[in-house]
Amino acid sequence: MNETDIGYWGVPLAILGGAIRVSTPFLFVSLGECLTERSGRINLGLEGTLVFGAMAGYAIAYETGNPWAGVLAAALAGALFGLVHGLMCSLPRVNDIAIGIALMLFGMGLAFFFGKPYIQPVAPDLPAIELGSWSSYPQVQAALRVNVLFVIGAVLAVVLWWVFRATKVGLIVRVVGDSTDAARAMGLRPNRIRIASTAVGGASAGVAGAYLSLYYPGSWNEGISSGQGLMAVALVIFARWNPIQCFGAALLFGGAGALGPALQSVGITSGYYLFYAAPYVLTLGMLIATSSTTRAMSGAPGELSITK
Amino acid sequence: MSDQAAASPRSPAAQSVAQVAAVPAASGSLARWARRLEAAVLPLGALIVGLAAFGLFLLALGKSPAEFYGLVYKAGFGTWFSWQNTLSRAAPLLLAALCVALPARLGLMIIGGEGAIVLGGVAAGGLGAAIPGAPAVIGVPLMALAAMLAGGAWIGAVGALRQKRGVNETISSLLMAYIAIALMNHLVEGPLRDPASLNKPSTAPLAEPLRIGDLPGMDVHWGFAIGVICCVIAWVLIEKTTWGFAARLVGGNVRAAQIQGLPVGRLLIGFTALGGAFAGLAGMIEVSAVQGSANGSLAAGYGYAGILVAFLARHNGLAIIPVAILIGGMEASSGLVQRRMDLPDATVLVLEGFVFVAILLSETFYGRFRIFAPERWSQK
Repeated sequence: MNETDIGYWGVPLAILGGAIRVSTPFLFVSLGECLTERSGRINLGLEGTLVFGAMAGYAIAYETGNPWAGVLAAALAGALFGLVHGLMCSLPRVNDIAIGIALMLFGMGLAFFFGKPYIQPVAPDLPAIELGSWSSYPQVQAALRVNVLFVIGAVLAVVLWWVFRATKVGLIVRVVGDSTDAARAMGLRPNRIRIASTAVGGASAGVAGAYLSLYYPGSWNEGISSGQGLMAVALVIFARWNPIQCFGAALLFGGAGALGPALQSVGITSGYYLFYAAPYVLTLGMLIATSSTTRAMSGAPGELSITK
Repeated sequence: MSDQAAASPRSPAAQSVAQVAAVPAASGSLARWARRLEAAVLPLGALIVGLAAFGLFLLALGKSPAEFYGLVYKAGFGTWFSWQNTLSRAAPLLLAALCVALPARLGLMIIGGEGAIVLGGVAAGGLGAAIPGAPAVIGVPLMALAAMLAGGAWIGAVGALRQKRGVNETISSLLMAYIAIALMNHLVEGPLRDPASLNKPSTAPLAEPLRIGDLPGMDVHWGFAIGVICCVIAWVLIEKTTWGFAARLVGGNVRAAQIQGLPVGRLLIGFTALGGAFAGLAGMIEVSAVQGSANGSLAAGYGYAGILVAFLARHNGLAIIPVAILIGGMEASSGLVQRRMDLPDATVLVLEGFVFVAILLSETFYGRFRIFAPERWSQK
């Protein structure tokens, strides 16, 4: 045993570090979905947007040598997917859940199609902030190596919360989400606002994808996402459509996702695949605990199809 | 009253599909035939539009759509050899599509059939490895039963969660698919692993009597015949029995169904479990006819392709058969297209995406064309 070996203390530490690392994509997707759902639509296609964003971000970062150009490209691609979803759902009788499923499969297909040449090359990583440099333990330093996007995401959560609470734009989105008729009576155009909300939400999901391919795990391949885009949709329900609570829920989900690797790092490998399922089991458990057949969910936008 | 709990309306798209089928046209047989024509022409038109849009996509990339569709025809439907390949690939799609189509008729959108396929395969493979000496006539039905029970319980649980707790079935079914794949990896790499499988962890290879072989005189395995039979059974069940009528009523208007005293909860859980059982059977066929043991290849995306098949067939059991063959043929051509046109293997996924979006957009045109509504022919 040497002096940097901290034994089983490494597990909670690795989970903390993992929670910060793994939660960032959850955070961005859930904030985007939160905005979309607050406007009264659900976009299940964010899983596809996330994967396409990961590919686009990685490809552009590799071609330009600048990871932030990659993040921007991923956001633009995500906005485009959101725009397509929003436009199609504005047609009468077209169902937002079904379109979401189609765009999920479509986005993944397009990402794999265009991403083939970028599986081998190495793109530059996004920079990290060393918050743990005071400690002599490498485990602590690793746990507190926080990516810039995580900080941006945390700020974004607060900003979005403030927008919903205190601004005219937030009020407009909330009115459209709660009652199409009321919005029309106010002279608003619900479809346009929903299209814009879905596009902005898609951009946020695209950034989440860029985080996956440009920071953690930090490479592009076809298995890059393990359902984060979809879990984030469930996470928004759990967070009761509140951006601040989305932040907390994302950290929790990140911690669950880090459980398997953390246990593996101290030598517990049996049942690895079962620990790998922990975030999905947690998501499902939360959905079961928070759903109800008899009462409407508190905080749910009135026009949202999954809670009506 | 647990049935009271299902009062929340379901997703509009699934509902409209159920309504079209559930409510016979009011004004005579001419109108009925016009509606049937509409239900056939619009998906067909959407398919053509989707294929054309993908052609434009290829043109934009500087590839020839004519060459692409020529290769798809050649590799999927050109010769008897390619037909046999296509039919074999259609087998799991037939059953996976039923896992989407049956719940959809009750207004539920279940997209996690992949989970039932994977667990069905593991159940069949695990059981088959445990009874190496069993004769085919006992062993194969037992494996099928185990697979159907596993898949049925998995998707039935999704239906039960929806019914008892109001959990959104689309999200929960996909989450359960991820859990199922993790469970499969755990079982195949752990308790059920054959120590001899080094590179690709698998269950022990099935004994020869437990492998279902090919249809007589063909290079197509029995899975295709089983899939077609299941589609016909599902169609008869939905369209011709009182249970099916009750199910369609639930999909059309759940409150009306409750007022009629229908057992809404039992119908919901029963039909989702049946859909899951069909998907589980697809997993058993993959193990018994194709792989020879349960391994990671079970998660090959059949569950997701099945979603597209079910939507293209408008959740009609008989229509699933030709649609699954069509999609099976497209997937069969993937290898040739990759080699000849230097396109990546994801090309088929992109093509499927175009078709899927086109078919969903076609929903907006139902009732828009007067030619399909004889009662409006005389109006200006």
